[in-house]
Amino acid sequence: MAETITNHYVAKDFKSDQEVRWCPGCGDHGILASLQKTLAELEIPREKYVFVSGIGCSSRLPYYMNTYGFHGIHGRAAAIATGIKIANPDLMVWEMTGDGDALAIGGNHYIHAIRRNIDIKIILFNNEIYGLTKGQYSPTSKKGLATKTSPYGTIEEPFKIGELTIGANGRFFARTVDYNLQLSNEVYKEAAKFHGTAVVEVIQNCVIFNDGAFDAFTSKENRDDNTLVLHHGQKMIFGKNRDKGIILKDLKLRVVTIGEDGITEDDILTHDAHEPNPGIHYRLAGMSLPEYPVALGVIRAINAQTYDAAMVEQHQKVQARSQVRSVDDLLNSGSTWEVK
Amino acid sequence: MGKRSKVIEKDAVVIRFSGDSGDGMQLTGTLFSNTSALFGHDISTFPDYPAEIRAPQGTVGGVSGFQVHIGHKLINTPGDFTDILVAMNPAAVRANARWLRKGSTIIYDSDNFTEKQIQRAGYKADPFAEDKLDSMNLIAAPITTLVKEALKDMDLDPKTVLRTKNMFALGMVYWLFDSQLKYTEDFIDDKFGKKPQVAEANSKVLRAGYYYGETIEALTPSYRVGPAPIEKGTYRNINGNQATAWGMLAAAEKAGLKLFIGSYPITPATGILEELALRKDMGVKSLQAEDEIAGICTAIGASFTGRMAVTTTSGPGLALKSEALNLAVMTELPLVVVDVQRGGPSTGLPTKTEQADLWQALYGRNGESPVPVIAAGTPSDCFRFAFEAAKIAVEHMTPVILLTDSYLANGSEPWKIPAMKDMPSISVPYAVKTDKEYLAYERDPETLVRKWAIPGTPGLEHRVGGLEKTIKGSVSYTPENHEYMVRMREEKVERIVKNVPDLKVHGKKTGDLLVIGWGSTYGQIITAVSELKEEGYNLSAAVFNYIRPLPKNTAKVFAGFDKLLVCELNSGQFANYLRMKHQKYTYHQYNKIQGLPFTVKEIKDHCIKLLKGKKNG
Repeated sequence: MAETITNHYVAKDFKSDQEVRWCPGCGDHGILASLQKTLAELEIPREKYVFVSGIGCSSRLPYYMNTYGFHGIHGRAAAIATGIKIANPDLMVWEMTGDGDALAIGGNHYIHAIRRNIDIKIILFNNEIYGLTKGQYSPTSKKGLATKTSPYGTIEEPFKIGELTIGANGRFFARTVDYNLQLSNEVYKEAAKFHGTAVVEVIQNCVIFNDGAFDAFTSKENRDDNTLVLHHGQKMIFGKNRDKGIILKDLKLRVVTIGEDGITEDDILTHDAHEPNPGIHYRLAGMSLPEYPVALGVIRAINAQTYDAAMVEQHQKVQARSQVRSVDDLLNSGSTWEVK
Repeated sequence: MGKRSKVIEKDAVVIRFSGDSGDGMQLTGTLFSNTSALFGHDISTFPDYPAEIRAPQGTVGGVSGFQVHIGHKLINTPGDFTDILVAMNPAAVRANARWLRKGSTIIYDSDNFTEKQIQRAGYKADPFAEDKLDSMNLIAAPITTLVKEALKDMDLDPKTVLRTKNMFALGMVYWLFDSQLKYTEDFIDDKFGKKPQVAEANSKVLRAGYYYGETIEALTPSYRVGPAPIEKGTYRNINGNQATAWGMLAAAEKAGLKLFIGSYPITPATGILEELALRKDMGVKSLQAEDEIAGICTAIGASFTGRMAVTTTSGPGLALKSEALNLAVMTELPLVVVDVQRGGPSTGLPTKTEQADLWQALYGRNGESPVPVIAAGTPSDCFRFAFEAAKIAVEHMTPVILLTDSYLANGSEPWKIPAMKDMPSISVPYAVKTDKEYLAYERDPETLVRKWAIPGTPGLEHRVGGLEKTIKGSVSYTPENHEYMVRMREEKVERIVKNVPDLKVHGKKTGDLLVIGWGSTYGQIITAVSELKEEGYNLSAAVFNYIRPLPKNTAKVFAGFDKLLVCELNSGQFANYLRMKHQKYTYHQYNKIQGLPFTVKEIKDHCIKLLKGKKNG
């Protein structure tokens, strides 16, 4: 087989000829642009990519990507992606999904893909609403949200995606914001390099049915004070004046101000994304306003054997000791007899 | 070896091992079948067991049975009526009383015929009198006592001792047939290799049963069934699930593709997943998925990457898979869906057989959804039709449903091992990179089959999906395009008929009656019709394996007969399908919906009634 020549791509190489049909101003445009930029920088041959999706606004993305693509059915992207990756571990599989697709109808496949640690990249567009069906509440909608199917407000608790993912034994969890192209690019690249199920929650604004749902921490005036961008090995410091930080006290994360109550920078936690114990990661992923800033960046990245690699390894072991090589061998193995 | 006082020569004998579901009757029956097959008998087996792993002891509902039909003529069914019943308790007598032939032998564990057990089985005091079985050849053996006696010096716990009871019964049956014990002794050594004491106990009890038969020889005749006139070659026993799994492997090898199976455990289909999970040595990638839907979706994903993909299930699972099956219809990806049918609806009768998923296979999906449907006729036939399903799927770029059922899945028969070089070739319609743009839904003008572009191939990047699309694969809601695509998908499946072999008529091409069936009723229908022909009736049989599309000579075959009778294990699904496809004929029906196969006698009686007793003029 000829050596695959690694191409030097630009983002445009990953644009398909399909007309992009999302609403003007939709956060999905931002996600698409950062993904195309990320792929161009990865220098993996274009034919190795497969973009898989379920159903929903997010799931249209594979059509706009000039790679192999599979637009599946509602909720099942994780299962389709699992089959693709196991069948051919050489491919790099990205799953595009949303909060309804992954966590409501597809919840089962989502947690099991994560549990197995299939080497797929799950980009979960979280807009806390059903967009394509025109405005019903989702499993991540804030409690009390009035929508077409909850005209008096929802009465159910939402999932926090990070907690669910880490609870399902997730080894990689990151969070970014749709139009934060720089952070997104950084996070997608980390996800791409990670071996195993990598979940990236993208805070995505639906301009039509849930506009402004995340303004409290994504708008220009709020984002510095209300988000904490995590980097492995760096202090958990945030705020316009870089004077706020996170400490652990009495088994609880707390927000403190450097310079007040004798707090110095040394007291602030240093982020360790590679710590196997999920305790701190779980709490960081669960932080929400008003008590805490929202954590962004790579929250957790723990290396472990992937399912697809384990399967290859098991095959090699069995093949090394089995006498059966072909169907003829198999059919003639065990108890047989001759009729003469 | 003792001298035999009376020997009965027979063409065929039906033996049924019956007891509590924990009594080891399935194993006993299997060992007896294998020994018989090794001797050269033709055999057919029918395991019949409750859904519960350990159903309430001593009750009729908890009876587990294994029937085997051995013959020195060709055997097509496990037999309607039993010649020899091994009954481990009174419930086993009650459950099987109506299936005993006149003059049968009943071997029973008299230790278990206590007042309590007798009453638990629903008898007052005397099972044999109450079921009018006193004239049968009754052999009471205090098996429990004898087993304890045989093993008293071995210092085993009582549970292990009692577990060997089935070997005692098997030993007695081997004596009746003057069989060799070697195969079973080898099996015991193999199975209990790590527990030599248990192996020794089982072998000891097996021989004790055999010698007990010899000791009480005066009480009973012994049977002799000669070897069957079987075609020369190498044989093995195979059940339907194993044959299905191996048929998929054979197709993958012939097509030069790796096999992927994504499945979720479900009775009675699980055996296929278990068999393929073993075959990592042949590169099979198997995934026990989190649910039925993930089973088929992972298989579709694997198919997209260029693998031979299969998902296996039973009726309730097929219902769950139907949306994803349509995704394979829409994306036109090859996929084999095996439905090992069981009694429905809902959870229904998980361990019993039925042919009631036919309409689900044909029509149980949203939208216009053409899927080829084929059905296997015997346990070993599952190999050929699994191969055929895979061949059609790949060569025509379509999902295919293979229907088997509980009766085929668990039933076994000797099978002449084919050589792979004699199996048909399978050609894969790969897309190759040319100067022209690859259009995912561009079709071969003859077959309407699209080309398969495998991810990883430079220059063939494309998108597929569940939305309606154009030839290029772009999403399209244009009215004319939708109608065109619907008709293309339909026509593509219809054109498979060119590769469907003609319907075979068993018997003359014309006559008073054609007995029609499909799939697993093959054995009973063929046997009934041959017996009736010998008795002078003017009839033939035709059993379908290709349901969609139907063979092209179907109407021509039907036209040769005065009457058509469709026999099936449902309330008339195939008969109604034929009424739709071939409207000019009148179809009589014979249906059974009891979770059991037909008996030959039932079919014969019905044919005679329909023929009003009229024989050849």
